[in-house]
This record gives sequence, C-alpha cells and structure tokens, in this order.
Amino acid sequence: MTHILLRHRDIPTIKNIEVYKQNGGFESLKKVVTSLQPQQIIDEVKASGLRGRGGAGFPTGVKWSFLPTNIWPHYVVCNADESEPGTFKDREIMENNPFQLLEGVAISCYAVGAAEGYIYLRGEFQPIRDFLDECILQMEKAGFLGDNLFGTGYSLRLKTHLGAGAYICGEETALLESIEGKRGQPRVRPPFPAVVGLFDKPTVINNVETLTNLPAIIEKGAAWYKSLGTEKSPGVKIFSLSGNVNRPGNYELPLGTTFRELIYTCGAGLSEGRELKAIMPAGASSSIIRVDETNFDKVMDIAMDYENVQSVGSLLGSASVIVIDDSHDMDWVINKTVHFFKHESCGKCTPCRDGNYWMLHLVERIHHGEGTKADLELLHSVAAQVNGKCLCALGDFSTMAVTSALERFPEDFATKVKA
Amino acid sequence: MSLAEKYPDEVKAILAKYPIQRSAVMPLLYLSQRETGYISKESMSEIAAMLDLDITEVASIVGFYTLYHDEKAGKYRMQVCTDLPCALRGADQFLDALCQNLGIKVGETTPDGLVTLESVMCLAGCDKAPMFQVQEGDKITYHENMTVDKTLELIQALQAGEKDAAQ
Ligand SMILES: Cc1cc2nc3c(=O)[nH]c(=O)nc-3n(C[C@H](O)[C@H](O)[C@H](O)COP(=O)(O)O)c2cc1C
Ligand code: SF4
Ligand code: FES
Repeated sequence: MTHILLRHRDIPTIKNIEVYKQNGGFESLKKVVTSLQPQQIIDEVKASGLRGRGGAGFPTGVKWSFLPTNIWPHYVVCNADESEPGTFKDREIMENNPFQLLEGVAISCYAVGAAEGYIYLRGEFQPIRDFLDECILQMEKAGFLGDNLFGTGYSLRLKTHLGAGAYICGEETALLESIEGKRGQPRVRPPFPAVVGLFDKPTVINNVETLTNLPAIIEKGAAWYKSLGTEKSPGVKIFSLSGNVNRPGNYELPLGTTFRELIYTCGAGLSEGRELKAIMPAGASSSIIRVDETNFDKVMDIAMDYENVQSVGSLLGSASVIVIDDSHDMDWVINKTVHFFKHESCGKCTPCRDGNYWMLHLVERIHHGEGTKADLELLHSVAAQVNGKCLCALGDFSTMAVTSALERFPEDFATKVKA
Repeated sequence: MSLAEKYPDEVKAILAKYPIQRSAVMPLLYLSQRETGYISKESMSEIAAMLDLDITEVASIVGFYTLYHDEKAGKYRMQVCTDLPCALRGADQFLDALCQNLGIKVGETTPDGLVTLESVMCLAGCDKAPMFQVQEGDKITYHENMTVDKTLELIQALQAGEKDAAQ
C-alpha cells in the first residue's frame, strides 16, 4: 500500500518543495482557493467522515461548522504538542512530509475563513520549528502563502509558536493560553474555543495528523476516503507502536486493523520467550488491556478503531500502542504513569492536583513493598474520586491506568502488599 | 547587556509577530536563555517591562515550563527520557549506568561544570530508546538509539570542543 500521510516512505525527498510540487503538491490548495466555497470544503470533509487524530476522535468537518459567522477574525491552530507518552507520529510527519501538513493547515484556514493560522509545537521540537519556519518561507516565495493567493482576494499567513515543556499544553485551551503568553492552564468551558478561542476569537484546533489528511481528501474526494477504514472510523491512522516489541515505530494502517497485525506483523512480535501481558492503546492515558491465555485471540482480533477498542475496556485515543510483556509488573507500570501525571498536572483544580499527589504517595509505597491491603483500597478510592471531577481530561487520564491495573491485575499487587 | 541591546533585530521581530503584546513572552524568554542557559532576574524584569507585565508573572511562566531555567547548571543539560515506553526498553538501567560512569547522580553536574544529567518525561522518541535530548541555551538536539559507550563518547567530544574553544 502506498502511504497517504507518511508519503516520504514512498518518496523519500518529499520534504523538498520542488519534489512535493512534482507529486501534486499544492494542487488541492489551489483547487479550494480558486474554485470552491468554504462551505463546500466543510461539507466534503464532513462527508469524508474524518475524525480528529489528537485523541478524542471528534468529526473534523462538524467541528469546523461550529464557528459563528458574525464574529471575526477566525483562527486555525494546529496542535503539534505531541507529548502523550508513546506518541511520536506528528513528529515524523513534520520532519519528513512538512508541506502536506502545511497545505492541510492552509486548506483548513480557507475553509473557516481564517487569514492567520498558528502551529503550536512542544518546546522539545525546536529544530522542527526552525525547519517549519523555513518551509513556510519557501511557500511564501512560491506564492502558496501570503497575499492574494492564486490571484484571488484570499490572503493567508502561517506562524509557529514554540512551547517550553508541559504536557498540559496539548490540551486545547491550555495551548491557547500558552500562545497568549500565559502559563498553560486549561480554561473553564463554556465558552468553547469555537466561539471564544485564540485572542478571544473563534478558533478551530486540530491535530497535525488530522490536517495532513486534507490535501488527499480534497484531491481524491470524500467517497475515496470513506472507502478506507471502517464505516464509523474512516480513513487511515498512524499507529505509534512502542514498548516490548521487536520492531517499534510508526505504522500507517487503515482504521480497523487488528492488534494482531500491528503487534505481530508490523512490530514483529515480542522477544523470544516473552509473553504478551498488557496493551495500552492510548499511551499513558489508557485503561490497560489485560492479555492472557483466556482472551489472547479475542484481543488480537479486535479492530483498532474508535468503537471496537471499547469492547475490551479501553479507548483508541491517539493510537499510541504500548506493548508490555510478562517481565513487568503492574505496580511498576502505574508507578511510571502516576509519576508522569503528578509531574504534568497543572495544579489548577484540586481533585487532579491533590489526587495525583496522593496517588503518587500510595503507588510509591506499594511499589517499594511497604504498602498494605488497605493502601490498595485507598488508591482505588482516590482514583475513583479524581475521575470525572476535574476541569480537564488530564485528571481523568491520570486514573485510567491505576484503576484498570488494580482491577485487572490483582495478583500483581496482592504479592506486593502486607496484610 | 539588555536583550534589546544584544539582539535588537530578533527582539523587534518577536514583538511584531503577534496581535497581542503578551504572546511575545515565551520567545523572549528563550532569547534570554540563549547564552547562559538560564534566565536571570534582570532579564525577567526587562521582559516584564517590555510587555507591561508584573515580574512575578514572568517568573511564574519561567517556573511553569520545564525548558526554562532560573538557575545556572551545566552548559549542556542532558535529559534522559525515563518515561514508561522508554523504560520498557531499559531507559532506567541506561541512566543508572551513565550515572555510575560519570560518578554523578541525576540532577548533578560533571565536575568540569559541563554536563548536567537529568531525567525527563516522554520526548516523542519512544521507538528509539534509550534516548535523550541535550539542551544548550535555546537549542535542543536529540540523540536516539543510544548506548552508554556512545553517550560517553559524546560527552568527551563536548569536553574536547570546550577545550578547543578555550584555546
Ligand atoms: C491533557 C491533554 C493532552 C493533550 N495532548 C494533545 C496533543 O499533544 N496533541 C493533540 O493533537 N491533541 C492533544 N489533546 C487533545 C486536544 O485537546 C484536542 O482535542 C485536539 O488537539 C483536537 O484536534 P483533533 O480534533 O484534530 O483531534 C490533549 C488533550 C488533553 C486533555
Ligand atoms: S485536571 Fe489537572 S491538568 Fe486539568 S486543569 Fe485540573 S489540575 Fe490542571
Ligand atoms: S517514553 Fe521516552 S521518548 Fe517517549
């Protein structure tokens, strides 16, 4: 199969603007700007069934249609914060196929009537930011950005903004705060960013991978896109595969591909002599899927899409699939995830800030063999009290691994605690 | 020297980039960190004055984001990812071995004052563990699929480069 998003794997020099152009680059942008009305693009993207690749899977075209047409200017913000543990797909797109992303950003700007788009990158991506700045300059010189594009009255500018190390800035309202020069702490909703977003104006926020789909959807049409993937989850997805597999990496596959194909065919399975014990399909924010001899085939045959992963008690999220083998215990795994969330909690709301403080205390004690059975119950109860009571989804995320590990791997904990 | 004197063109470009003044704070902080690897109180005051902010507000932004520093450390901050996916591929053992070889603990700096060793969260390089980034001023470089030997060689090269520069 040829790649739709990771096109550099078929055309290695596609990050060169001339090569990108020779391969149909910017034709979609030209088509929309010179021959389509914004509403027609929104309708096409709706019809394609494209869903957000940043984690929540919200239909992209529907999101765009929420912007009020009586408040201006509008902004598009591309979320390139990519900080979920286990996720490294947006980085590969930006490093190797930057113009397809930038063309996608430009198409989305035109679709929602934005004259300015921002790309927010995590601070660690400073070299990628420099590279994108260079690509933007090349597009300006070639007439694909700037004033009066393709001789029309439409003008567009793209700008990058560099974060500085904070997972929470991937949360869309924290991200907006960060561009506005504040600490990255989520906003209370409503109002939603579609109405009061960047600089208090209507704003669309989409993930890098989501936007990179757009040139292909415009070129080949919604029906073509819908023919890939599954009925409710159309299209292709980049799965970031990490952990205990022989060939970790990014794999672009139709949504609905099975765990078996990703882990055993793409990832070449686990090391000799090791058994698959657990899968975290949405990075550190996952409910942990237990795999053992009683359910191995059932789990392996699950179609990885936004609906089916739920049938084994988890979510697809950003499709950052972390594979864990039988040499690891779950008290160690959740010690890692809780450390992460405790560190990344922005501190704005009490359940998340204090809950993670207490969860960290408890998992540390349990992991070091100093916990009791009562500590296990307390940990479970703290997680239950954090879940659903926070200002943003980070609070919920922090409890997923903890609760599922305690419930699904009781034997890993029973041997660690005193009576 | 103030930022405005030292980097007049860059400061001007940053201030012109955004529709609101305050958005300039993050790029200005990076600029401030470029040469010394940390942001001084004086620099925070200057940025606060430029953007019409309170200095405590600027300081709270410095405190919030992990890539800004308000204290001097080694010229190179070597930040090893020990988050879950990397740890599944031996990142903790890698960091331990590095500490042993360098004779320092996590958070400490080599005796020559050059390299500060740190442990950080996921850097989006999980398939290439063990991996780390080196932060130097406002620049970052990734080093992936690393071994302890390769890392020690890198540190030696940094030390040698430093000696050359001094001569
Ligand atoms: C704590 C937290 C971290 C997030 N991190 C990211 C991220 O790094 N990248 C991303 O695209 N979305 C991230 N999201 C989701 C965004 O808030 C938002 O839903 C997404 O960017 C929307 O784009 P999409 O519709 O194209 O998926 C995060 C959400 C939360 C709650
Ligand atoms: S849930 Fe956590 S990260 Fe989100 S706003 Fe509250 S404290 Fe901040
Ligand atoms: S866990 Fe180390 S880079 Fe992602």
